[in-house]
Amino acid sequence: MKNIEFRTAASAQGGLVVMAGVPGVAAGSRVQLRDHAGRVRSGLVIRSANDAVLVEVFEGTDALDLERTWVRFLEEPYKLPVSRDILGRVFNGSGRPCDGRPPVISADRRDINGEPLNPAARAYPREFIQTGISAIDGMNSLTRGQKLPIFSGGGLPHNQVAAQIVRQAKLLGEESAEFVIVFAAFGASHADARFFQESFEESGVLNKVVMFLNLADEPVIERLLTPRAALTAAEYLAFDLDYHVLVVMTDMTAYAEALREVAVLRGDVPARKGYPGYLYSDLAELYERAGRIKNRRGSITMIPVLSMPSDDITHPIPDLTGYITEGQIVLGRELSNQGVYPPVTVLPSLSRLMKDGIGKNFTREDHPHVASQLFASYAKALEVRGLAAIIGAEELSDADRRTLAFADAFERRFINQGEDEDRSIHETLNLAWDLLSMLPPESLIRVSEEELAKYHKGAA
Amino acid sequence: MGKILEINGPLVKLDLPQTVLGEQVRVGRLGLVGEVISRDGNTALAQLYEDTAGLCPGEEAEGLGWPLSVELGPGLLGGIFDGVQRPLQAMWEQSGDRIARGVAVASLPRDRRWYFVPDPGRRAGMPLAGGEVLGTVQETESIQHRILVPPRVQGELLELAPEGEHTVEEVIGRVRLADGRIEKLHLFHRWPVRTPRPFRQRDHAVAPLITGQRILDTFYPLLKGGKAAIPGPFGAGKTMLQHQVARWCNAQIVIYVGCGERGNELTDVLESMPTLTDPHTGRPLMERTLLVANTSNMPVVAREASIYVGITLAEYFRDQGYDVVMVADSTSRWAEALREVAGRLGQMPVEEGYPAYLGSRLAAFYERAGRVETLAGDHGSVTLIGAVSPPGGDFSEPVTSHTKEIIQTFWALSKELADARHYPAVDWLESFSGYVSSAAKWWADNIDPGWEAARAAALDLLAASEELQRIVNLVGVEALSSEQRWTLEAASLIKEGLLQQAATDEVDSFASPEKQFALLTALLDIYRQGMKLVKLGAPARRLIQMPLLAQARRWKSQHSSDDLEALKAKIAAIPAAFEPLLLEYAPAAPSSAMEEIRP
Repeated sequence: MKNIEFRTAASAQGGLVVMAGVPGVAAGSRVQLRDHAGRVRSGLVIRSANDAVLVEVFEGTDALDLERTWVRFLEEPYKLPVSRDILGRVFNGSGRPCDGRPPVISADRRDINGEPLNPAARAYPREFIQTGISAIDGMNSLTRGQKLPIFSGGGLPHNQVAAQIVRQAKLLGEESAEFVIVFAAFGASHADARFFQESFEESGVLNKVVMFLNLADEPVIERLLTPRAALTAAEYLAFDLDYHVLVVMTDMTAYAEALREVAVLRGDVPARKGYPGYLYSDLAELYERAGRIKNRRGSITMIPVLSMPSDDITHPIPDLTGYITEGQIVLGRELSNQGVYPPVTVLPSLSRLMKDGIGKNFTREDHPHVASQLFASYAKALEVRGLAAIIGAEELSDADRRTLAFADAFERRFINQGEDEDRSIHETLNLAWDLLSMLPPESLIRVSEEELAKYHKGAA
Repeated sequence: MGKILEINGPLVKLDLPQTVLGEQVRVGRLGLVGEVISRDGNTALAQLYEDTAGLCPGEEAEGLGWPLSVELGPGLLGGIFDGVQRPLQAMWEQSGDRIARGVAVASLPRDRRWYFVPDPGRRAGMPLAGGEVLGTVQETESIQHRILVPPRVQGELLELAPEGEHTVEEVIGRVRLADGRIEKLHLFHRWPVRTPRPFRQRDHAVAPLITGQRILDTFYPLLKGGKAAIPGPFGAGKTMLQHQVARWCNAQIVIYVGCGERGNELTDVLESMPTLTDPHTGRPLMERTLLVANTSNMPVVAREASIYVGITLAEYFRDQGYDVVMVADSTSRWAEALREVAGRLGQMPVEEGYPAYLGSRLAAFYERAGRVETLAGDHGSVTLIGAVSPPGGDFSEPVTSHTKEIIQTFWALSKELADARHYPAVDWLESFSGYVSSAAKWWADNIDPGWEAARAAALDLLAASEELQRIVNLVGVEALSSEQRWTLEAASLIKEGLLQQAATDEVDSFASPEKQFALLTALLDIYRQGMKLVKLGAPARRLIQMPLLAQARRWKSQHSSDDLEALKAKIAAIPAAFEPLLLEYAPAAPSSAMEEIRP
């Protein structure tokens, strides 16, 4: 069957082709289409019956002539050839090399859909990754094997933040040699892709990066393959070759929109904002490929970037992502407008795995309490700031004024840092104590009395 | 033998005459399992529990002759199962890190031998009814597994094995049924998950479920046999709170269903439970815990089934006379699985794409909770706690609003509280409990008759402070009277010294009812003593500066539930802390004023 070309296309519409009279085609099978101009497109069987087979064509159905379209069913799912040689390479959205170098030759070809990891086989992420960014390390720590997305908006420096994490990420007390990066861009602009490429080049890690690029002007449906191909490469590097893999995927919103586009064509019943009911399951299939496995050395840590449409965190894409990922780093427009970089809005940001990766045996014994205290004090300070905006700063009590000063200092000194500034966790924590020392010790109830005595500058 | 006609996602159309709705089917070369959900003439539509990629039209399909069932017998506790009760640990050993398709592994270990002790009252020739106890197996050190007669079996006991070791498949007894057929009995039996297990009658729930979490036990109690929901947007601490309940509650069996949630969370449970001890028995928590895991990346149809698998297991332990807690995280994912399948069936969507039967399915599921008199005459209960993940944290969405109509205890989580790292982020204004008066009786009998009044006083204080906070937000705190400022301060004392309870704090992670009540009355005492002074003319500013307030906020994490004497000593010293101020503002008769304000 692999070698038979069918010319029975019955209908075509917006990326979908219905093939008539092709019995016994496997669901999920890869398809090759040859049009009248001899151009070869690829596709996937998404519904199969004896009388009609529905094929999703990645390059779209533009200029397709039903009578002059030849279709081959390859009888296998979409696969990615993997070998050690993929490091340093650039692939297109469906996993074909696009850096002008020869294709990767390997007998080891992996189904890009992967298979769900058995929860019993997972190892819990516990190792603290130092990103050198205080707002992340101090208050929303990343651990190895975690999936921690960056929620951003148009015009915010999410790419810079992601690139900075990639450059600076390291484990405490360990050589960083075994870190590799899988970078997947879908729907990203050429400028964004170039920014990352240059950033990797500058930091000299280009030979440790695998890139999968489906840019904004490339076929939309192909975007459904791009993250899967990238994660297949990541799984190979992590669990076959024992690398610690950092996966950066941008932009998940473009992915979800591609999914919606296909769902509408297929006639799926829409749930929220036109997105299909299976958006959650579909995103989970991607995000849940991060993690660690017992008895394996490697790990996959994932940093998906997504832009929240109209900065709305309750939009289905950030919302469903937040339910799957282990926290989120939220970038805010207000801070960004004030010139704070990285503009991490710490209150809605969260790292769920932080509690198990920090503290006595990982970072420093006071870390959990300091983080909790910073959150509480800053939340309180924002309330005071809101009040000051109404009644005027002159009307505030002395205590409230100190609190205000703390909020300003916290944003200017703790959150704000240079794009190349790499702060160690000790520097971050000491800085936190400098700021907390602006507040009276009796108002700091999240930290212990011993810690107050040891670190608070005004405690003695 | 039938064959496949069409494959559409997890749905497969089969040419399979004479199949029954709900029947299990095995499909294709890989032997994927699913269940029939509709029939039309000779064609049947089945939903498969596994990914359908690679299936071809024309491949074979067969009906298995039974509905989706679970195996009930020794070997369940401490285990982790997927949404159709396949043992994940055994599958890991057998097929590696990834869940391969078409793997068939028996739910209960077949080679393990259990020491069976027959019930001394059972003799050959005696009548035997469904649900009665045949004997026991000591499954873990803390849990005795009672071997039950399958509920629908009734007849004369012909033979029962003597004390000794058996595997689950060995015959341990025989019964002559009413129609003369002989039924063999084993250590385990099967039960269809979509059928509630029978019981004699429903009972009143009487005792509260003690979770060790102050905001839950003291303010919004849940009874053993009750129904509760935990709705909350992502990041509000839903999972943490459920873990806390699963860890510390005083049920004998805890069933944790991870339905469409994160893999790492289940790993966390799996890794942490064996290291924690049950505060009520002193044994490792894993001995009383059972996990059903269908993580978000596992097939969606098995996710729909996982909730029913969990509740059936819960009912089985209830029928043995145990108090069971089932935690379902999250019912929204279950509802979405329902929606996904309904969408593929082309059913008319109503709200947000959910099918019209969402409300009735949810209600029928929650109704499987309750305290009952079992067929054997014991009392057992299933307490159901369902997490809800409303999109965007909007509680008016269909799953939350339907759930709200069904349950009695509502633990609403708030994003604002979570953002300020106030954990557990249970919103004291939006939450409710319909069980307060029943719980009050228990607290009065077991802890202190003053519980109900103290609880109400604390809630009044919190409500009053909410009003005042609104004024402050408009005009600033300076505009308040001393009395009002003291009320605000006392409410913040209650929030920080009582309601906030860190799961990571080893001392305070679990608070016994005694500790909860001691802290509650202590903080209220501080409020009343202060209020007395304010009324005598003391400015709130001076009261707020008292070191006692900062100290009292730390009491919760300084004294564990086993060390209440020291806490009580500090509480007894509260009046002394107010004495200097009292002398200053009421110099005339300090001692009599003191007497008056002591409770």
